[in-house]
Amino acid sequence: MHSNGGVLLKVEGIALAFGGVKALADVSFDIRKGEVRAIIGPNGAGKSSMLNVINGFYRPHAGSITYKGRTVRHMRPHQAAKAGIARTFQNIALFKGMTTLDNIMTGRLLKMRGNFLLDALYVGPARREETAHRAVVEQIIDFLEIQAIRKVPVGRLPYGLQKRVELGRALAAEPDLLLLDEPMAGMNFEEKEDMSRFILDVNEEFGTTIALIEHDMGVVMDISSRIVVLDYGRKIADGTPDEVRRDQAVIDAYLGVAHDGGKGA
Amino acid sequence: MHILYAILIGPFVTMAREPAFLIEVLIGGLLAGVMYSLVALGFVLIYKASGVFNYAQGTMVLFAALTFVGMLEAGLPVLLSLVAVIAVMIVLAFAVERMVLRPLVNQSEIILFMSTLGISYFLVGLGQILWGGDVHPLDIGIPSGPLTVHGILINQLDLYAAIVAGTLVAALALFFQKTRVGRALRAVADDHQAAMSVGIPLKQIWVFIWAIAGLVALAAGIMWGASLGVQFSLELVALKALPVLILGGFTSIPGAIVGGLIVGATEKLGEVFWGPVIGSGVEDWFAYILALIFLLFRPQGLFGERIIQRV
Ligand SMILES: Nc1ncnc2c1ncn2[C@@H]1O[C@H](COP(=O)(O)OP(=O)(O)OP(=O)(O)O)[C@@H](O)[C@H]1O
Ligand SMILES: [Mg+2]
Repeated sequence: MHSNGGVLLKVEGIALAFGGVKALADVSFDIRKGEVRAIIGPNGAGKSSMLNVINGFYRPHAGSITYKGRTVRHMRPHQAAKAGIARTFQNIALFKGMTTLDNIMTGRLLKMRGNFLLDALYVGPARREETAHRAVVEQIIDFLEIQAIRKVPVGRLPYGLQKRVELGRALAAEPDLLLLDEPMAGMNFEEKEDMSRFILDVNEEFGTTIALIEHDMGVVMDISSRIVVLDYGRKIADGTPDEVRRDQAVIDAYLGVAHDGGKGA
Repeated sequence: MHILYAILIGPFVTMAREPAFLIEVLIGGLLAGVMYSLVALGFVLIYKASGVFNYAQGTMVLFAALTFVGMLEAGLPVLLSLVAVIAVMIVLAFAVERMVLRPLVNQSEIILFMSTLGISYFLVGLGQILWGGDVHPLDIGIPSGPLTVHGILINQLDLYAAIVAGTLVAALALFFQKTRVGRALRAVADDHQAAMSVGIPLKQIWVFIWAIAGLVALAAGIMWGASLGVQFSLELVALKALPVLILGGFTSIPGAIVGGLIVGATEKLGEVFWGPVIGSGVEDWFAYILALIFLLFRPQGLFGERIIQRV
């Protein structure tokens, strides 16, 4: 909502197939600095695949990705992370054996410098640095209101809280682009409200650009500035919430017989 | 009746009559067990970080020891030989990542396992070509006579080996728990995708973990080589880590430690107290029977995560 016009990321002509399944076909769109960009579409439309292409998990068969002015054919996951792209997953990918604190701490791995040997011995600068990172992590924990579960192994947390911890881990990297794959899936109304508020706060307070996949149309229309609509791997619409809401192709896709993804558009 | 008594009761009577001897046997077993823990730890590290069950871990023990002895025999000073072997094991780690893990990324566990069989054969062959198939005595300057503490005999070589192994095990456990690199390793072990998403370079981690496993193998190879001579049967001794892993759980570092101690202690007790009744050589098979019992009743091991079938 803070969109100031500059393009942070642009994907052009992206194509991706798994065997015979065309997950993405000639998809192009851009994400502007500071905006909340939603990607919607029925189940299997290719939304998650798109995020996976952006952060380098999938290697597209065609197309290009321009991020911060640099154009590449594909990203590598740790390069994407280094360049400031952080993400959460549709099926929660937390480090289940670790505590909330440690999970969020891993989000700062890339911010940690320092001598490898000293680090291995855990003395001197390594120790001091650790303390500084802890402070940032504690801020995130306060921000997400999860102080009570700091020391709990995340495997034991309820689903809604796990999603929140996962957001915390992504935030710990202080990303420029935050990719959220269905951050509110499976949540009740109240949890969804909280999560929406966190996302908007991140966007407004830190100016973080956000790409968001979400099935709940109410939420999407509320918090996003522009929306890309995918169906069967193709882009069928792209525009503001009002434009997309009225788009005949979108209405057809969501009412189509073979699909049951959205909850009404 | 006599047989039942001899098997079920007799040995315990002997133990009760000679507690000092019992303690002596137990200590000997535990010291040997620390070595098993060390080798098992090599397996666990690789299994956790790359999901590979590394059959070649035993061969790495052999190969490292052979290379070390070979350099000593070629006249290199001890320290230089040590540095050189360490370098060799690190190069091996790079080679494995480059030529085995990277091309096979995303393949199923069984395929990765098979590839480690290949690594194992390759290392055996290479070791044989380079250093020949003989038994090489290895003297690292530790007196081999027994030490007497409060009337209890302790083998000095075993003691030193256990101290070295124990220190390594403790250092690795701390390293995993406390450092940034350790945290990255735990993250990779826990969830590859999530680890990549926070920017952990998977390939570098693999090289690192295989290098550590190589060094662990080297330590074990030198210690075992010093007491048994460096020979191809070292590979089989190292395979004792397998029952240790079944006891401790394939993904658990504490499991590897405790499992090693249990196997070491129980097989020695079995050998000494039951050997006279059911024939010697108990030491050779006992660990496997123990593992079999565990597989029946607690397949996830003492500390492993419960195995839940996904449907
Ligand atoms: N790793 C993969 N291997 C094989 N097929 C895949 C893979 N990932 C995605 N697909 C296929 O690509 C298509 C698009 O999947 P994708 O997960 O991107 O859809 P989605 O829009 O995120 O759907 P949902 O709303 O259900 O999450 C589907 O047909 C899916 O089965
Ligand atoms: Mg999806």
